[in-house]
Amino acid sequence: MRAATQVFEGGFSDAVLNSQEVFRALMDAMANPGRIMLVRDLVNAPAPLTPVMAAIAATLFDHDSTVWCDRAIAGSTAAMGWLKFQTGLKLTSDPSGAQFALVHDIDVMPSLEAFAKGSSEYPDRSTTIILQIAGFSGVEALTLEGPGIENATSFTPSNLPKLFIDQWTANRATFPRGVDLVFAGRGALAALPRTTRVSRGEV
Amino acid sequence: MSDEILEASRKDDGSDGGRKAAMALLAQATSQELQAFWSQWNEKPEVETLRGPETGLVMVRGRIGGGGEPFNFGEATVTRATVRLGNGAVGHAYALGRQGEKVRLAAVFDALWQGETERRAVEDKVLAPIARRLSDDLESKRSETAATKVDFFTMVRGDD
Amino acid sequence: MYVAVKGGEAAIRNAHTLLADRRRGDRSVPAIRLDQIVEQLALAVDRVMAEGSLYDTELAALAVKQARGDMIEAIFLVRAYRTTLPRFGYTRPVDTGRMAIERRISATFKDLPGGQLLGPTFDYTHRLLDPALAEETPVETPARRVEAPEQTPRVTDILGQDGMIEADGELPEGSETGDLTREPLSFPLERDLRLQALSRGDEGFLLGLAYSTQRGYARSHPFAGEIRIGEVEVELEVAELDFPLTLGRIRVTECQMVNQFKGSSRQPPQFTRGYGLVFGQSERKSMSMALCDRALRARELGEDITAPAQDEEFVISHSDNVQSTGFVEHLKLPHYVDFQAELDLVRRMRAEHERRDGETSDTQEAAE
Repeated sequence: MRAATQVFEGGFSDAVLNSQEVFRALMDAMANPGRIMLVRDLVNAPAPLTPVMAAIAATLFDHDSTVWCDRAIAGSTAAMGWLKFQTGLKLTSDPSGAQFALVHDIDVMPSLEAFAKGSSEYPDRSTTIILQIAGFSGVEALTLEGPGIENATSFTPSNLPKLFIDQWTANRATFPRGVDLVFAGRGALAALPRTTRVSRGEV
Repeated sequence: MSDEILEASRKDDGSDGGRKAAMALLAQATSQELQAFWSQWNEKPEVETLRGPETGLVMVRGRIGGGGEPFNFGEATVTRATVRLGNGAVGHAYALGRQGEKVRLAAVFDALWQGETERRAVEDKVLAPIARRLSDDLESKRSETAATKVDFFTMVRGDD
Repeated sequence: MYVAVKGGEAAIRNAHTLLADRRRGDRSVPAIRLDQIVEQLALAVDRVMAEGSLYDTELAALAVKQARGDMIEAIFLVRAYRTTLPRFGYTRPVDTGRMAIERRISATFKDLPGGQLLGPTFDYTHRLLDPALAEETPVETPARRVEAPEQTPRVTDILGQDGMIEADGELPEGSETGDLTREPLSFPLERDLRLQALSRGDEGFLLGLAYSTQRGYARSHPFAGEIRIGEVEVELEVAELDFPLTLGRIRVTECQMVNQFKGSSRQPPQFTRGYGLVFGQSERKSMSMALCDRALRARELGEDITAPAQDEEFVISHSDNVQSTGFVEHLKLPHYVDFQAELDLVRRMRAEHERRDGETSDTQEAAE
């Protein structure tokens, strides 16, 4: 019974205020692509869920959410039990039918193409992908341009999906359809909405 | 019907059937009942609230034609809570309505019921009185309804 | 040009205070309590729950009180409230066959198993106002009849046994249960979504449409196969437990309409059906719902669509009284700029008209 209680613990201590705090960070991150938003440790979830990723899940997911999880997360009974108890999410094995995706192993994730892009009538019916990364002080810099960015800004996530620039360019080409990305680092998050143009190199 | 539920909750083989029946009774208890049972409870355990009590909605489903495919026909308020006792036992409760304290206590009794030593006391002091009250309510409604049953009789007219 | 208009804050504030005062009314009259509304205006509470699409007697009573008895306003309040709550899940379908019955009648079978149970009905009253009710007079205790519980099978199941009536509703293979509170409606609809819309639809609107089918607009030759009112158990599956939880009981009204028969080369003639299921005790609403459900099955049953009650887009788009009242009542809101624009347009048209009139008379004069 002790082992099972881990699932029931570690949720937001104040569901309303804590989720508002994380939601505010997500909203500001979406409105300011590439800007690093600090997030306090508000939850305590079983591995491989990190505090930031778990806090995002607890904020955004509810019983109506269809979520795809990569093997590292879906394979952990404790992590899945925690997510189900804390959020009530519906799990799907089909990324193209997911409203959200949780990706722990960014190197082996499916291509962005595999996720839901929404339709022309409902471009909002696309997947918001939450990517686990080590941090935001990587060596390779990206230049971001587009709505929410004055001129251009640099973005240096510690790691990125394979062939990211090509994949992102293809994602941009389907606008207004397309996926949005949230990067969950350690104690911080940042976002790349589908409106952002990405190129290699520093500003 | 409630007697059957109580009977099922007495299955002390720890099977889900017993717990399901016990939780069904707790969900249908009144707030006053559970508060009274709790205040009379000896050796109250340490209780930590892990979730809630929080109120939300469930979408209630029916079936087309009564027995066909499901359809959604409206929502209902539901309150839920999860607690953990000092001994580590975790109790859950869900009940229609918005009575937080009632549901928190229901979760406490669910956790107590899971303990080998407390189960008997939960059954005798909590579940049995609830089952009796539900059964009495049901029976009195049933007999009042039965009194409005139409007894048809045929009037014979004319000569044979 | 856009002219922003501000102001009226003080007027609005005072109007709200005045509303609160008028709602309370004469202070020498005791304020009405929610439990009094729940107990003594139970059917008003039921209607607010059904059309507010939220089962919670105390909230519905509060809404009735806050709305000063304006039912649609009360329903609006309940609908607004429900948007503030998270969803915990979808229940298992309620089993009306296992209802704790409080009323159950059939107009098609006299001697049905379980009997005709009249319950607390207005039927057979003389509809004469009762002056005694104006005073607080003692009420008689209901009679009781103690007998062994009897099975009360659904009438449609009895008829179904020998194939005289179509089966309970089926949906196309693989279809998922629709939920209009989650996805916008897109026509044509499956029957599950229509029933959801009808169950929360306006009683008056559905009653009028149901009546229209009886008067010949999409005649469907209905019989009230069975109406049953009572409590059903609500069960929910949750992630943390591997058995369905009983949440409690809710009162519902179910109506099974038995309608004109139909056969084809493949199928022998059999009765068709319409179905109604509504929160609370609401016979009129569930009957209207069942009649509308049957009329709206025209496409499925290959009938000509000739009447409003058969037109799914028309019925479902206009059955929701919160939507309807929102759009009708929004006409009260300031349309000063829109109207100014139209006024200008009419002035220009009139000027044009007068100029042309002038020209015509000039030409006429010249011709003369």
